[in-house]
Amino acid sequence: MAQKQQDQELLQYESRIKVPYTWSVGEVGSRFLMELKENRKIWATRCPSCDMVFVPPKKTCTYCFSDIHEWVEVKDEGVLQTFTVVRYETPLIPGKPPYIIGIIMLDGADTGLVHLIAGVPHDKVKVGMRVKAVFEEKRKGHILDINHFKPI
Amino acid sequence: MAKEKTAIVATGQTHHRSSRLDVNGIELIHEAVTRCLEDGELTIDDIDAVVIGNMDHFEGINYVDTWSIDGSGAFMKPIIKVTTGGTTGSTVGHCGYHLVASGMFDKVLAIGWEKNSESDTTAAITTAFDPIWDRLVFAGAISGLAVEAMAYMVKYGATEKDAARVAVRDRKHATNNPYAQLRKEVSIEDVMNSPMLSDPIKLLDVCPRTDGACAVVFASEQYAEKICDRPAWIHGISAKHPYNYLGDYDWEDRLPSMQMASKELYAKAGIKEPLKEIDVMELYLPYSCAGLSWIEALGLCGPGQAPKLLWDGVTDMGGELPINPSGGVIATNCIGATALLRISEAAVQVMGRGGKRQVPDVNTALASGFGGCFWSDVTLLKSTKPK
Ligand SMILES: [Zn+2]
Repeated sequence: MAQKQQDQELLQYESRIKVPYTWSVGEVGSRFLMELKENRKIWATRCPSCDMVFVPPKKTCTYCFSDIHEWVEVKDEGVLQTFTVVRYETPLIPGKPPYIIGIIMLDGADTGLVHLIAGVPHDKVKVGMRVKAVFEEKRKGHILDINHFKPI
Repeated sequence: MAKEKTAIVATGQTHHRSSRLDVNGIELIHEAVTRCLEDGELTIDDIDAVVIGNMDHFEGINYVDTWSIDGSGAFMKPIIKVTTGGTTGSTVGHCGYHLVASGMFDKVLAIGWEKNSESDTTAAITTAFDPIWDRLVFAGAISGLAVEAMAYMVKYGATEKDAARVAVRDRKHATNNPYAQLRKEVSIEDVMNSPMLSDPIKLLDVCPRTDGACAVVFASEQYAEKICDRPAWIHGISAKHPYNYLGDYDWEDRLPSMQMASKELYAKAGIKEPLKEIDVMELYLPYSCAGLSWIEALGLCGPGQAPKLLWDGVTDMGGELPINPSGGVIATNCIGATALLRISEAAVQVMGRGGKRQVPDVNTALASGFGGCFWSDVTLLKSTKPK
């Protein structure tokens, strides 16, 4: 978009920064993702001091700063805490709008999991409905090894 | 504890626009700084230290502190850059306050700025989310706000129309502010009929993208009243930056970080009934529904009662507690400057320099900042010196 000020052309310089990254998942997160991949199971960590159960798992408790070593399995189903139907397009997300993003409180967990909701008409999604993980057949140790959550 | 009583003694801002191709980032900063120095009848030689902030990745410049010295005037002065996402501007303000209140410096220039037009805002904001757990399914700012609005509306029975009332108020107020970007009124129908972006948020419920900058001078007691006949004294600040993964947020409640921050601030400042005791608020409300649930978090009314407050006009100009006389964030959002603009506008109200947007007889003003994964900053300013 060109702007002009009196007779002066105002220029813009187009460029792009494209930087590859490789992010370390860490041993705690890696164990969680490998359980998704190999056993289709969702594991969490539990704080020894305040009993908070974290999904995704944490090595340190957000609330009391304790080191966490204990693992507990949580269910692959739970309650949809809240959601939105995304209707705008962005190249950053796999899939075309409209699609549904939800926050799911899995049975046995104390923190929500951010994920996609599918397999349901958009006007039938409700806060409080129960949903279950749908796993990919081919899994690679990635949060999208769960393709989405579907209502049950 | 503060060693030095500290006040805001001068403010300046640009005339905000969706894009300012006539200036680069440095020159944009310079406009706000120059206007701020003029407001305090100061020169750059009066400034002891500078704090500056903007959003990471928005302009793609790393060392903004040194890169910008022709704009900030920090050549051969102490300068630090701070950035905390949406709260960058309030963090910049709080750092300016800390540097003076600690007794380290007497006059500190705090600057927030953004050239939103220079990059893809959604892409840049996405870098604020955890790359492994949140980023792949939760890009950008709108979906996070949308799930919050959804949870509030379902739990408390508020409607999209109630939320629209907030946008209508802020856009109306913006017509009084010569610096605001969007200075055209909108109606409830306009908001309701605007395109749905991410349920329940529509285009006219959310803030625009803005090129703009803001600058503020904090001064110690020794200088404050010499520079300004009615300084805006800082009576307390509070910052609560609690969560890291989006799923950790308490969706059932209303902005817990704001509840904690305001409670702490009111205790520090001895405020028991904020609705009665505070004369004006400048709140970082990036989308309309925040103007409902977050004022409940601020203790202005009980859970689910905000819509009534809005429809009764309590928060309009002329109401018991006007919110966002400037038009707020829905009218102007140069992100790194946005939360500093809230502090600056609150100071302008205390100083009585608001022109058409001035609320009469302001003695106490509150400013808030909001960031990324639901964290909050608050600042309380008064016309009287702290004890
Ligand atoms: Zn704990």
